Amino acid sequence: MKALGKVHKYGDNVDTDVIIPARYLNTTDHKELAAHCMEDIDLDFINKVKDGDIMVAEANFGCGSSREHAPIALKESGISCVIAKTFARIFYRNSINIGLPIIECAEASEKIESGDEVEIDFDTGLITNKTKNETYQGQPFPEFLINIINQNGLLNSLK
Amino acid sequence: MGMTMTQKILAAHAGLEKVEAGQLIMANLDLVLGNDVTSPVAINEFNKAGFDSVFDKKKVTMVMDHFTPNKDIKAATQCKQCRDFCGHYDIENYFDVGDMGVEHALLPEKGLVVTGDLVIGADSHTCTYGALGAFSTGVGSTDMCAGMATGKAWFKVPSALKFNLTGKLNKYVSSKDVILHIIGMIGVDGALYKSMEFSGDGLKNLTVEDRLCMANMAIEAGGKNGIFAVDEKTIEFIEARSNKPYTIYEADEDAEYDEVYNIDLSKIKPTVAFPHLPENAKTFDEFGEIKIDQVVIGSCTNGRIEDLRAASEIFKDKKVANGVRCIVIPATQKIWTQAMDEGLFKIFMNAGCAVSTPTCGPCLGGHMGILAKGERAVATTNRNFVGRMGHPESEVYLASPVVAAASAITGKISQPSEVM
Repeated sequence: MKALGKVHKYGDNVDTDVIIPARYLNTTDHKELAAHCMEDIDLDFINKVKDGDIMVAEANFGCGSSREHAPIALKESGISCVIAKTFARIFYRNSINIGLPIIECAEASEKIESGDEVEIDFDTGLITNKTKNETYQGQPFPEFLINIINQNGLLNSLK
Repeated sequence: MGMTMTQKILAAHAGLEKVEAGQLIMANLDLVLGNDVTSPVAINEFNKAGFDSVFDKKKVTMVMDHFTPNKDIKAATQCKQCRDFCGHYDIENYFDVGDMGVEHALLPEKGLVVTGDLVIGADSHTCTYGALGAFSTGVGSTDMCAGMATGKAWFKVPSALKFNLTGKLNKYVSSKDVILHIIGMIGVDGALYKSMEFSGDGLKNLTVEDRLCMANMAIEAGGKNGIFAVDEKTIEFIEARSNKPYTIYEADEDAEYDEVYNIDLSKIKPTVAFPHLPENAKTFDEFGEIKIDQVVIGSCTNGRIEDLRAASEIFKDKKVANGVRCIVIPATQKIWTQAMDEGLFKIFMNAGCAVSTPTCGPCLGGHMGILAKGERAVATTNRNFVGRMGHPESEVYLASPVVAAASAITGKISQPSEVM
């Protein structure tokens, strides 16, 4: 499985309250949630994001609230993969459980800039920066988690 | 090599004699929790997947606490969906307006969690029950859904940080100051993917309520769980509230820890976490005058009766400063009744505070005390992220109940010694 898209870059500790503020959690509608994705730190995100785009951030991405609305809003907004130096653990498992690919890679998080075109190979963990002509080796998932992701989430894998 | 307390609970629930850090396991669950924000997503998935029963109707619980009493039509619709689901599947531990409370104050009070349990909750502060010697951790709605259907969840076995507590807290210093100090020391990802295990001689000087406040904020250091060694106080607390059988797990003497931190409780000072991260912990000698607009005393972190008693002692015969709103939110119906019976409400009302029905409300910027652009609040809650209590350009300062009360009186961030 691969992802290819243009990068939107953010910093450390992007918490789930800014990914989707609690004032919008009175709905479970994916489109309504996506419409407010990232708005407290980047009002323009939802206008500039395109289907297949990639989010890159620094340490502890997705910290804070356990709201699954956060990876749902990112996925629905068009984001095909999140790359970060590290992920907060609840966000990490939520993303796997709903089938939003994520990958940890400190080098990629450091070197990739907003607007770069990046390809990720999830089987090998290899990240290719087509704009800068660089590659970075990310941490591929263990087989147990690959199975969940390949079946598009935890519930499908239980069937 | 031995196992940590957390590893022992996980091994026992996975039917394994031994587990080690990094191992992926499937474990049996003693309780699955959701609230009015996270349960609807889980229920949608449950129905979509075609499940037609829950694994054990006594081991699923839903608490309507985030946007209740319903703040708007959409919130009301989400609660109705939870109510209908629990009615349909005969889930008895469904708590709604009139018998609810902020979930992590409510479950220990109702005796629904006991020592040695393995609990998941679709709420990040589910780590609170580690205070009772249980393994409990926050998950998302899909995990909640799978847990409700199968009674199982997958886990990566965590390594651990050990916090060896010694000494005794000084007057007007609380366990909230201790946990803010610890988060300030290790950072918001200092315990990422790890357990935070608290033990040591100082434990005897912390009440179970003190420990609930500290375990509650393990997630703010990125921790998978926070867990306290079990002692007589734990057992006394459990036995007074629950008939459920419990199991005491102790860390092996040769258990391995990534780090061991020694914390002398007598050295901790009143601590405030500045915007916009809980790790921005400062003591009063590190900042000057900071004027405030609002104070919130409540939440799953500090809405217990001990917290209200401590705040009322500061408010006695004093007034909230002009231009400051102070909102007091007892965390459960039982705490509310206790506070009323003990005369605490009279003190709060005379001081000019507003007393609310139990709700998470302003803690997550839901309702009951939202901040306008540029406003500042001191809150006994657990998060101070951008926009957490309202406008993205508002600010939240995290503090203990006595610091919050003192700040309400002076209109600036203050310690109790300034008003007592």
